[in-house]
Amino acid sequence: MHPSSFGQMAQTISNERGRGPVSGTAVGKNGKRKPFLIDFYSTAVGKKYVMAITGIVGIGFVVGHMIGNLKAYLGVINHQGGRAYDVDVYGEYLRELLVPILPHGYFLWIMRLGLITAVLLHIHAAYSLTILNRKARPVKYQSARDYQIANFASRTMRYTGIIVVLFLFWHLADLTWGWFNPGFEQGAVYRNLDASLSRVPVALIYIVANIALGIHLFHGVWSLFQSMGWNNPRFNQWRRGLATGIATLIVVGNVSFPIMTLAGVIDYDATAVTQLEELSE
Amino acid sequence: MSHLNNITIKIWRQSGPADSGRFESHLIDEISDEASFLELLDILNETLIESGLEAIAFDHDCREGICGTCSLMIDGRAHGPERGTATCQLHMRKFSSGDTIVVEPWRAKAFPIIKDLMVDRAPLDRIIESGGFITAETGGAPDANLIPIPKPVADASMDAAECIGCGACVAACPNGAANLFTGAKMSHLNLLPQGQAERFKRAEAMVETMDEYFGSCTNHGECEAACPKSISIDVIAMMNADYLKSKFKNRKSLSR
Amino acid sequence: MSINLDAKIPDGPMADKWNNYKAHEKLVNPSNKRKFKIIVVGTGLAGASAAATLAELGYGVDAFTFHDSPRRAHSIAAQGGINAAKNYKGDGDSVYRLFYDTVKGGDFRSREANVHRLAEVSVNIIDQMVAQGVPFAREYGGMLDNRSFGGAQVSRTFYARGQTGQQLLIGAYQQLARQIGLGNVNLYNRMELVDIVNIDGRCAGIVTRDLLTGEVSSHSAHAVVLATGGYGNAFYLSTNAMACNATAVWRAHRKGAAFANPCYTQIHPTCIPQADDFQSKLTLMSESLRNDGRVWVPKSADETRAAADIPEGERDYYLERIYPSFGNLAPRDVSSRAAKRAVDAGQGVGPLKNGVYLDFAEAIGRLGEDVIRERYGNLFEMYERITGENPYQVPMRIYPASHYTMGGLWVDYELMTTVPGLYCAGEANYSDHGANRLGASALMQGLADGYFVLPYTISNFLSGLLNKPIPDTGHEEFKKAETAASDRFKRFLSIGGTRSPDYFHRELGKIIWDNCGMERTQQGLEQALSEIPALYEEFKTDLRVTGDGESTNQTLEKAGRVEDFFELGMLMCRDALTREESCGGHFRAEHQEGDGEAKRDDENFAHVAAWEWSGDPMAPIRHQEELEYEVIQFQTRSYK
Repeated sequence: MHPSSFGQMAQTISNERGRGPVSGTAVGKNGKRKPFLIDFYSTAVGKKYVMAITGIVGIGFVVGHMIGNLKAYLGVINHQGGRAYDVDVYGEYLRELLVPILPHGYFLWIMRLGLITAVLLHIHAAYSLTILNRKARPVKYQSARDYQIANFASRTMRYTGIIVVLFLFWHLADLTWGWFNPGFEQGAVYRNLDASLSRVPVALIYIVANIALGIHLFHGVWSLFQSMGWNNPRFNQWRRGLATGIATLIVVGNVSFPIMTLAGVIDYDATAVTQLEELSE
Repeated sequence: MSHLNNITIKIWRQSGPADSGRFESHLIDEISDEASFLELLDILNETLIESGLEAIAFDHDCREGICGTCSLMIDGRAHGPERGTATCQLHMRKFSSGDTIVVEPWRAKAFPIIKDLMVDRAPLDRIIESGGFITAETGGAPDANLIPIPKPVADASMDAAECIGCGACVAACPNGAANLFTGAKMSHLNLLPQGQAERFKRAEAMVETMDEYFGSCTNHGECEAACPKSISIDVIAMMNADYLKSKFKNRKSLSR
Repeated sequence: MSINLDAKIPDGPMADKWNNYKAHEKLVNPSNKRKFKIIVVGTGLAGASAAATLAELGYGVDAFTFHDSPRRAHSIAAQGGINAAKNYKGDGDSVYRLFYDTVKGGDFRSREANVHRLAEVSVNIIDQMVAQGVPFAREYGGMLDNRSFGGAQVSRTFYARGQTGQQLLIGAYQQLARQIGLGNVNLYNRMELVDIVNIDGRCAGIVTRDLLTGEVSSHSAHAVVLATGGYGNAFYLSTNAMACNATAVWRAHRKGAAFANPCYTQIHPTCIPQADDFQSKLTLMSESLRNDGRVWVPKSADETRAAADIPEGERDYYLERIYPSFGNLAPRDVSSRAAKRAVDAGQGVGPLKNGVYLDFAEAIGRLGEDVIRERYGNLFEMYERITGENPYQVPMRIYPASHYTMGGLWVDYELMTTVPGLYCAGEANYSDHGANRLGASALMQGLADGYFVLPYTISNFLSGLLNKPIPDTGHEEFKKAETAASDRFKRFLSIGGTRSPDYFHRELGKIIWDNCGMERTQQGLEQALSEIPALYEEFKTDLRVTGDGESTNQTLEKAGRVEDFFELGMLMCRDALTREESCGGHFRAEHQEGDGEAKRDDENFAHVAAWEWSGDPMAPIRHQEELEYEVIQFQTRSYK
């Protein structure tokens, strides 16, 4: 008698054979369990935990990434006997992390793999939950809804999320793989940045995408407290403020790069630095 | 006492679960502002019956906001435009002459339409049956004052226990999720000392039963705004926390 | 079926009767319990607690509710609290005192042995409900809080905000839900009882109508419990829920169950007055408001000014004037009648001049608005939501309304009706409240019956049926009842008149309220007894039920319930007419003291009037169960 799957329910709407009584609905529910993580991930609440945890990883990344990028404003520094853009040095430093425990670049790859896993899990959970939610209301309301609390951010998560993912690919292709970057030089962060963002359409892509990211974070940061079950009257009133703060920080920080590039504050000058060839000599 | 004039009611009619349904419009020439919204439907129904037409089916009972039977989507809001109020306590003075009021049944896969505005909310009962109780068979209870319960704890439990089981949270949720209902029912019991013995078994069973029928929570907060008892979405966070813990606590015990 | 009114009161001193009963009743061995099937109709406090407990004991239970879920029953609407002789306050409470207060409050028209048992088990109820997680109000030390209630000099009322009924029902419902989940209870929802079937001199089962499909079917069992609530909706306007009805008890009555004291109905003094003709129900405001509110009406019947503009000298604080010692806290029946007198004299207030003021201006001036908000905030909000008036600024308007029915199916000490195997619990039975129920005692009685009485007494009957099969629903008695029920609903559909069932219900309610409400007279009752049958005839020829009988049809459901109210209404008036005295909720204008107080006649009416169905609703047969008071002596209630 117990409902075995979504869609087959011990409900009371009659069928042709009439209606039977409701009984034994909780019998046989604790059958064999799947391994812990899969079992946990199989419920919507579990998936929301995964979304929240991977979201935290993502937030950590974008905040760190943005702060690291601020080094672009520090210009040129003395480095290993030469002159180099601070941000380029920072980029190289990331590859050197945990050397010599790990070989050069390994730790960065570990972080990258972690990040990729988090993004994939975040997307998978979001996709499965979206499908679940669509199925949970197969017939939509036939009249207009009058939402009270749900805001633009909360209701556009899947769209801002898609924008961010598409941007992620563009961003990698542009500044990591250099496919769309004229005269791309591996490791010359400052040069590549300037080369890319000096183009107005590209600058616009960055601005739009980062505003989408901010909107995504505005709901996501608040929401993760609920999903993680972090609930305490002492800090509950700070959750919304924190979400607004992080979203604003990311948008202001990241949007500043294209604007400052267009404004000429970020402006690559090949003569100001010691070229790699010179250093290697 | 004054009256409202020319109210148009655009109301959902559906002859049964298999019918596709449609809106039907009725003009109410005059109605007292003292009338409740359901009394407006009573009057409309009486007119329909006396002119040989079938009355509009809708669920309702106590009409004092406590039984949780009434369930209407009015102008795009579960239980209508007044916060913290069930449909039965919504009065016509909240509307104006000339208004068009759109009335729909609650829609969710878990709440199939029985007829017109009536839906079947049985899955909410399934959630309770799976674990929304404290096992205390009649007769063996110790003295009621044996376990002191701090007043703030009793109050917090009562805040959650006020849930009337109407399903407005599901109706209002853009995802058709029942997390507010389940969270409220679970928090009511999980906060109390008496509820500790089965706390994590309960959390696991209720969440997993909920999962069979409903959508997921994306923390919009629409449920709290629609709840006639204004139950806080804090109960959802409490449920989530207990569900995670249940996966560890239950593994520790060698009960299965 | 002849009527046997042997109450089967156990031997021994009053305080030992229940223990003696339990010591000597016949039991059913645990392994034999599963051989029995018990039907429980209704899932309110009494029904849900009985069904859950019987299932826990091992009996097979079929539970029926006409709601979508067992949690909707009208027990849920009780606000105030539940009494129990716990004496946690150490203020002199005891089982005896609760017993005494209940008998006295019931105006000496209840059965002592039943009331004593009720008081005894009251303490177990609180223990049980707390164990199940009912979040009763607590003090800061963590102990249970109590409040005081009318008719008692001790604080013995346990409460959960203003929603005690809701919390207790949720507790009982959750316990029932557990048994449903475990497969020990079969729950039939949206299923209405339409008849009772007796075979070989005992109740064999019930006939139900599926409210979703119209299907009529039979269900048999070794015993049937009716826990289907009161009949206050006979008045049309009452504080009862819309679906509350008397069909189950009335169908049982027609099949041989005696109906006891139908004229005992309770009027609650503080409800929001009717606002217009189409009002569907009345809303109760907790009686606790009378602790700080002052009741008054203008002295002049021609008063047109707003309340605040009426000078003190032109106001009549009639409760304080007539009952100086109890004042605004005079008991329910007394203050209700006083309000009626004021309104009848034309001094009523509000647009329809159908209420009296309950004024908090003095209390707000004395205590400040914050204290009043702290005490009654949620009630004030509810009042404003319903009336659109702010009671902090203008006085509330209140008027009495039908609220509870003390009458019901006659039951013996074991809660068995005059039909063997048919039990009745909760408000549905002629219960432990006599002619008047004290506040916070309804929840107590419903749970006492379901948790701590029926599960014991039912085995005494079932043990005699061991190894007897469940009656066959193919039996001709079942088939006859099914056909009769189907025909009845077909008849409603085929009348094709001009008026809806609601119209007839409203008209019927007016007749009963005007003549068999707060104050009854011989002339009025006789008039009602000629008007009701006339309206009933009109109902039979002019009713219009649209829709069909094969799908959900609320109009059709209503028609059946209204028809039963017609017949019950006749019995209520008949009973009120023959009870030539005033007691509790029954006030006969001919029987009053010079000062308007009720005049009881213990010599001629210290009995239960148990009515037998004769086939003609206008000619029921009256039987009497004499009430003997061993412990408490008759005395006159006075609140002056």
